[in-house]
Parts: sequence; C-alpha cells; structure tokens
Amino acid sequence: MNKLITVSPSPHVHSGQSVEKLMYGVIIAMLPALAVSIYFFGLGALYVTLLSVVSCLLFEYLIQAYILKVPTRISDGSAIVTGVLLAFNLPSSLPPHIIVLGALVSIGIGKMTFGGLGNNPFNPALVGRVFLLLSFPTRMTKYPIAKGFDTPLLISAKNLDAATGPTPLGLIKEGLKSGESIASIFSQHDITYGDFFMGSIGGSLGEIAAFALILGLVYMLIRKIITWHIPASILGTIFVFGGLLWIFSLEGHTFLLNKFSLHVPYIQYMDDTLGYKIPFHMADPVFHILTGGVLLGAIFMATDYVTSPMTTRGMWIYGIGIGVITLIIRVFGAYPEGVSFAILIMNGFVPLINRYIKPKRFGEEVSHG
Amino acid sequence: MLRTFAKGGVHPPENKFSAHETIQDLPVEGTVAIPLSMHLGTPAKAVVQKGDEVKTGQLIARGNGFVSANIHSPVSGKVLKIDTSLNATGYKREAIFITIEGDEWDASIDRSDTLIKECKLKPAEIIQKINDAGIVGLGGATFPSHVKLTLPRGKKAEYLIINGVECEPYLTSDHRLMMEKSEELLVGIHILQKALQVDKTIIGIENNKSDAIARLSKFADGCPDIRVQPLKVKYPQGGEKQLIKAILNREVPSGGLPVDVGVVVFNVGTAFAVYEAVQKNKPLFERVVTVTGKSLAKTANFKVRLGTPVKNLIDAVGGQPEDTGKIVNGGPMMGKALSTPEIAITKGSSGILLIPENESKRKITEPCIRCSKCITVCPMGLEPYLLMVLGQKSHFERMENEKVMDCIECGSCSYTCPSNRPLLDYIRLGKSEVAKIIRSRKK
Repeated sequence: MNKLITVSPSPHVHSGQSVEKLMYGVIIAMLPALAVSIYFFGLGALYVTLLSVVSCLLFEYLIQAYILKVPTRISDGSAIVTGVLLAFNLPSSLPPHIIVLGALVSIGIGKMTFGGLGNNPFNPALVGRVFLLLSFPTRMTKYPIAKGFDTPLLISAKNLDAATGPTPLGLIKEGLKSGESIASIFSQHDITYGDFFMGSIGGSLGEIAAFALILGLVYMLIRKIITWHIPASILGTIFVFGGLLWIFSLEGHTFLLNKFSLHVPYIQYMDDTLGYKIPFHMADPVFHILTGGVLLGAIFMATDYVTSPMTTRGMWIYGIGIGVITLIIRVFGAYPEGVSFAILIMNGFVPLINRYIKPKRFGEEVSHG
Repeated sequence: MLRTFAKGGVHPPENKFSAHETIQDLPVEGTVAIPLSMHLGTPAKAVVQKGDEVKTGQLIARGNGFVSANIHSPVSGKVLKIDTSLNATGYKREAIFITIEGDEWDASIDRSDTLIKECKLKPAEIIQKINDAGIVGLGGATFPSHVKLTLPRGKKAEYLIINGVECEPYLTSDHRLMMEKSEELLVGIHILQKALQVDKTIIGIENNKSDAIARLSKFADGCPDIRVQPLKVKYPQGGEKQLIKAILNREVPSGGLPVDVGVVVFNVGTAFAVYEAVQKNKPLFERVVTVTGKSLAKTANFKVRLGTPVKNLIDAVGGQPEDTGKIVNGGPMMGKALSTPEIAITKGSSGILLIPENESKRKITEPCIRCSKCITVCPMGLEPYLLMVLGQKSHFERMENEKVMDCIECGSCSYTCPSNRPLLDYIRLGKSEVAKIIRSRKK
C-alpha cells in the first residue's frame, strides 16, 4: 500500500558540514598568501604551486587506483591542501624535478603509507619539505631575490648565489655567529619590520607576508574551520619565551656574568660544545613571530586536523611544545629555521597527548555556582 | 548576554512552523491500541478483560511496582482484546485494544474550564494523586513523576526548574501549552512546589519563544517564588543537566541525579498534567502533539487521545505528502523513526515529524579526519570519535572508563560530523553493552 519509509536511529538531520567544504575552506584561506607570493616572486610562485598541487593529486590518484586499489577520493581536496602547503614551503626558483619528488614523498610516504587521509601521524607537506631540505640543502635555503614578475623562473646552479639571497633569519644567524649586533645586521641589509608584514623579504612562497597569513587565519576562524587554540598557543609561547630570552640577552654575556655568576661555567660549557658563542644578542620576540615559517606554521601547518590533538587542553600542550622547540632550534641549533622540525616533533607526541589528555567531563567536579 | 550551558551544543535550523497554530482537539474513532508500556520502568498490568465496558478516564492497567505508571482508558467503549501491537521502538508489545463507542467520561472528572487555584492537599496526598493519574515526564523521557517527586532519603530540593526550553527543532507543543494554559501551568507549578516542599521555581524558556517568556513573566509577576529565565537558543538545552547548568551553573555529578545539586526538573507538559490530575481529577489520557514537516501544506498542534494512530494526525493536516521519506515520533535530533504510520501516540509523543525523501537518508560515511568537532559539540565532555572506534572494536571496558554512560544521546556529534560518521549508533551500542557489564558486576 504505502511506499517504504526509512527507519534509522536519531539524529535525523545533519549539519551539512563535509570534508570537502572544510578542505576547500582551507584552500580559500591560503589564497591571499599565494597572491602576495605571486606579486613578489612573479610567475615562478604560481608555477611552483601548480606543479606541486598537480603532482600531489596525481600521486594520490595513482596510489589509490593502482597500488591500494581503493576508490579514489582526490576530490575531497586534502591533496590540494597538501600541494599548496608544500609549495608554500619551497623557494619559487626550485627546479621541477625537485618539486615532483617533494610531492611524491609528501603524498606517498607522508600520507598514503599510513592509510591515507585521517591516518597519517605526520603532516604530509612537512614530511616532503624536510625531506627536500635534508636532500637539497643548498637549493632549499637559497631564495630568489624578490623582483616581482622580473624574478627569474628558474635559476641555474651557476648563478645560484648571484640571483638568490638568504632569509632574514639566515642573515641574523650568520651575523650573530660572526659577532655582529642585531641592529647592525638590520641596517646593513636594510630590513624593517614593515617588510615582514607586507612580504617584501626573502623566503619561501607562503611565509613572506604576515598580513596575508593573518587574513587566512581570520577567515578560517569565522568559518569555524579551526579553533584559535593552536595558533594562539604557538604565537603566545614564542612571544613569551622569545621575550624572556631577549630580555636576558639585552646586556649580553656581561649581564649574566654580573648577576648570575653561578651560571658562568655552564655558559662556558655551552659555548665550547657548540663551537661558537651563544648568541645572547637575540632578536626580539616580534621578529621571531613575523619571520620564517612561524605564522605559516601556526596558522596552516600545525592546525592540520589529522596531525594535531583532539582536545583543547591537548592543543595547548602541543602549541607550547612547538613554540619552545622552534625557539630552541632557532637560537641554539644549527638551522636558522625550526618551525617545520618543531611541528613534526610535536606531531609525534599527538597520539600520546590524545591518549592521556581528556576533555573536562561534565559533572567531573561538582560546582555550586 | 543571555544564559546558556557552557560546554558544547549545536544550533540546528529551528523550523518551528507550527509555533502559532492553536491547540485543536482531534477526535478519534474505530479501534485504538493502548500499549501497556508508555513509560520508563516495568509495563503496567491490565485490570480489564475482553468484553469489559470502559469509560474515558477509567483505570485499565495498574502500575507494576514502584517505577511504573497507571494507564487510563483514553476513550469509552468495549475492550476488544488484549494482544500485542507494534510500538514506536519497532517491537511488538502488549496492548489493550478498545473499540470506541461514544465518549462517556468517568463521572469523577471535572470537565469544566474553570480555573481552580486552591489546593489543600498534603504533599504525600499530592504525590499519591499524581501516581494514581499515571503521570510521567512528558518531555519525552516518560519517567514516572511520582518516583521523581519521592526524593531519596536525606536529599532536599532547593529549586524546582520547569523545562519550557523545547530545544528540539520543529516541535511546538510545549510552546503552545505555555501560551494557552499559562494560568493552569502556574497552579501546576505551585502544586509541584508543595509536593517537593520547595519555595523557589525557575521556568527556563529559550529566547525564540519571546511571546511565551512575556506571557509567563506577566502571570508570574504576582508570585514572588516563580521566576522566568530566558535562555539563549542552543541544543540540547532541554536536557536536564544542561538546563540546570544554564540556569544555576550547577553541574549534576556523573552518574548522579539533579537532586544531588538540590534541583528537581519537570517539563511544562508534566506541570499542566499535574494541574489536571490534582485539581480536575483528570488522569493522563491525552496530550498535545505537534504535527509538522517541510512538505506539509499545513502544520498543527493537536490535543490527542493516547492510542490514536499516527496516521490520523497526518490525515488531519491533509495527508502524507508524496515525498515523505521518514516519519519521526518526536523531534529530528532525538525522535524515533517509525516503521509505519499505524503506530499509536503514547505519553511520550511530543510531535510527529515528516521528513522529505531527500533529507531522510544518511550520507556515505567517510574516514575520520580527526577534526575534533564532535568533541567541541559534546555537551557532556566526551570524545565521540574515540567511543565510536572503541565500540567498533568491542572494547566495552575501556568505553566505560571513557565515561560512555554519561552520554545523553543528544546526537550533536553525529549531527556535526563532516565525515557523516554514525558516532551515536556506536555509542548506543557501547552504552547497552556497558550496562550489561555493570549489571553482571552487581550480581
């Protein structure tokens, strides 16, 4: 008599939220940074991004269709996000084969080896980026000098040094090692904080313009794609921890020698171990936040759903960890930049954080308001 | 800023189409099947036999034990048989079938509309009368009211909270009751206050019912012991624990009762039924039911005799639309999908919702992307994604440690999940398995 009706358990309505909507939301949030990149580095930036995205999609498709033999789901947008994020971590002058290799490592090793979307412990784009950094250290740390659309698309190995320059972080690291002060390094290279904000500095595609990244953050917060906890905890930690280091370094060694004479043997020991003087002339915390991949990492990399903690308490631990490790690498380590490593290291702790850091249960503590 | 509960929650589209439809009587003819279990607890025991003549309001089944409830005939006529009948859960359960003849009410019921404010009964007498009338929680949980009113030894209630939140989308039966039976409701509240020996009552109403807030505030103006608290619209605010948190900022401890924080909560529908039972001697045999849905030509709020087939309600608003894909007894978040419209309206039916075909099927489940949105929306501070995985792997002991029994089954997690994962299905499985484990431990 009647046609059949559906019987299923509640709830009978759905929010309409989907993986696709979230992923394409992240992609929209990355567009301002991409636009700034194209403005400063010319078509090279666009070309690196497109090649990275297409390679990521292709490798994901090939692996799903021919190796795993599962239904392909490249339309969910997650491979596009990985592709854009990988490109954001590369110099715009990178040769195509290196980009394709980076995409293969990101998708193949970083993501599909673990079972694809939702199962990878480490951020795929960062796995690719760090692989390239360790394999091609020269290519990966030479950034083209920004000349807008006059920036050369490809820079040959011969004129690599002529057409490229280091990042502000690299300049500081080298300058401090050779005993210069922060102020002299800045004036020598004609760097101002306005440049960091607007993006007219050397660096990888996505990291140069603070305002474009912050625009993306605001968009993702309004659309409720991410919550504020991870970016805030990372930036807050870098500001506070970086600020403490900076205050202690203002007067350099002498300050510590006079006030904390107990620590002298320890500083001596550190200097000997590292082979150079600890740069107690430190950059201020605002410099640390605006340069390198801190904003890119805090907004787009560390907030990756799959590789970040599930609870807000866990997010705080994760963010503080990333902030502290980033500064330790930057200030005391051999690399000028530490965000990628910091995020990967904390990615490794995420399963442990999820296991032991629980949300505050309702009725856990009896309150009488 | 308006008050609400702190943790989690969602805001689905409200779709309260029938908010301004006045309550209409819906007569019933033919044969009705009255299930013997319309409440939480043991089913009632029939006290009539085949062939007996019954009047409207006459006791036909007696509560079996303390946690049970009396059942009264919603119609007058002859008992056809006592047999099984399909109920809202999809199982066949015992029911009393009555062939309707006229509508002759039991003589003790006061059928007039006169408002009776005075109540001289003692608390124990009130509770006995509520017990006799077979009143259960009409918000949907159908917990016998006399059990709730009998506080555990040593516990004292400080506040009575009246739940006029109606946080489920679409439903408007409580809203209409608050608009049309405001004075009776307030008398019902005073009776409940007397039974519980409390002198402070707060009526919680969400801000999307500003007319009800205004109307009840006006009537409550003369009663210093009753206060109306407007609340920000957020689902599941009608959950007891969330409502207490929203109004008093008190948290009912895990596994505890509202009275542990000095509160007893009753639904507005229950408070009205208490008025009718105590002041008018009228047992619970009819209730207000919303009939609604996107494809219906008109929506309605009916006063329906229990046992009326759902089909009659749908026919009364113009029949089942061609595109109906699902018939839900209750709201879209917590209601039960019915297998056929022949099923009877019971004490817990607050609404009948017809969902169109294109919204009635679930979307394909995709892998968990660990976005943690389910944790963000869980009002109980649980981790639905984790509970689902544990449920799939039958790790029930661990589910117990992860507080699965605290789940109120509000469905916010499944509603939110971007991967359309059936989170609540596995949590329900876990809850029933953990309940078995707890029972076996007690033995």
